[in-house]
Amino acid sequence: MTATIRAIPRNTVSDAAAEAIHIEDLHKTFGTLHVLKGVSLSARDGDVVAVIGSSGSGKSTLLRCINCLESPTSGVIRVNGEEIRLKPDGNGSTVPADRKQIERIRSRLGMVFQSFNLWNHLTLIENVIEVPVSVLGVKRERATAEAEKLLARVGLLEKRDIYPAFLSGGQQQRGAIARALAVQPRVMLFDEPTSALDPELVGEVLAVIAGLAREGRTMILVTHEMKFAREVATHVVFLHEGRLEEEGSPDALFSSPKSERLQQFIRRVG
Amino acid sequence: MTYSTTTSANSRPVARLEAHRIVLIAIGIALAATAAALMRWDWLPNYYALAIEGLWRTVLILIVTCAIGFALAVPLGMAQVTGPIWLSLPAKAFCTVIRGTPLLLQLWLLYYGLGALFPHYPWIRESNLWPLFRQAWPYAILALSLSCAGYEGEVMRGAFAGVPLGQLEAARAFGMSRWKVFRRVWLPQAIHKALPTLAGETVLQLKSMPLVATITVVDLYAVALRVRQDTYVIYEPLLLLAVAYMTLTGVLVWIFNHLEARIPVRVG
Repeated sequence: MTATIRAIPRNTVSDAAAEAIHIEDLHKTFGTLHVLKGVSLSARDGDVVAVIGSSGSGKSTLLRCINCLESPTSGVIRVNGEEIRLKPDGNGSTVPADRKQIERIRSRLGMVFQSFNLWNHLTLIENVIEVPVSVLGVKRERATAEAEKLLARVGLLEKRDIYPAFLSGGQQQRGAIARALAVQPRVMLFDEPTSALDPELVGEVLAVIAGLAREGRTMILVTHEMKFAREVATHVVFLHEGRLEEEGSPDALFSSPKSERLQQFIRRVG
Repeated sequence: MTYSTTTSANSRPVARLEAHRIVLIAIGIALAATAAALMRWDWLPNYYALAIEGLWRTVLILIVTCAIGFALAVPLGMAQVTGPIWLSLPAKAFCTVIRGTPLLLQLWLLYYGLGALFPHYPWIRESNLWPLFRQAWPYAILALSLSCAGYEGEVMRGAFAGVPLGQLEAARAFGMSRWKVFRRVWLPQAIHKALPTLAGETVLQLKSMPLVATITVVDLYAVALRVRQDTYVIYEPLLLLAVAYMTLTGVLVWIFNHLEARIPVRVG
């Protein structure tokens, strides 16, 4: 697998067929706070893109713009070659122009949150089948059979009927990964998946994510785990103050960082 | 950290015959025996049918008004949490007025106010609904439903606001439409959060029921009044009434406990 991600020069038509995610000149402001200042980025099928940077650099916002949990202030987002239609919201920002489109796109982007966000009124297995059944229209029996396989895969089959409140953080996050896998995602979005975990629980979650990366799943991974990013990513992106400061292969970025900011960052986080 | 493995939803301790329970049961039986031996119950057979009818009517009004009230409380709560100002303000005002005035006053305003106003309009008098408007029970249902809606609307406002944002965000992130987010995640979680409070509101609603007797609806309490007027027996029917209300309350609490136990909550 080669690193096929690169900054997209503006006004360049790229090969959309193999492109899973394409972001062009993305801006996002919260009030007077300019969080993203023109980020361009693309990921092809099979890429594992790690987004790193200090807190406040806009990593999570970038990820949340991909499925429009945050609407970009301006810019272009394409998922599997389909451009998300945005319209002005009247306050200088945008909102999705077509709810049906954004809901369809979201339903195939498996998102994993920092704080797990398993639905706490549903058992683990109910969490996993919820989206396939209620959004994608899969028959309950089929979704359940599929969910059992996924839970077995993340090592939680025996916890299938347990409510999230009774699971450890690591178990909840593995369950959340199973929930994301259940939608057969084209791209998986990980938003700092281990940041809310006790140190001794980080390993079990990273092991699951590494397994997914090895089987060639396309994923965008916002993370603070530098060692992990270096091991599993095919491409690393370093954000600094809302700009894409440097990107490249993990080895190139971590062994011989060019920009001074990245050098500082690597020295700081080790 | 310990994780309880609650595979069955009903992992509540089963009521056992412990010493203090046996003593309480004995005291209860003794009281009942004393009451049966020393008090007058000869009137009872004559009012048996009427009492059953009153009981049935009380239960029916309770169920109907709580159902209507809750159906109104959901949009009332929702409007206050996410609605635009022209929806949230009237909802807030409604809840404040209902909660700020006595139910008896609301009942009388509707019955004597609306009830007295309607006959002035020929088109109402000539409508098919007129036979309905001439009776007392529609006003009782209306007043109790609105009261229930006012109180529970406030409860649901808090419950909706209390559902963590991440829960809703996860639903949105997986492509649920607004309606689906509401139906599949927001509402069920809000109801579960609100259940203990809703149980209390329902019990209070049950005990507001005697007020309908003041506008000639014959509920359980009205039967006790009738007995007093007919026979001059005062305490016995009231005692029986108290027992009936306590039993109904017990049933309500039992039902709500079961609803709550469906989703185990981790304590501590």
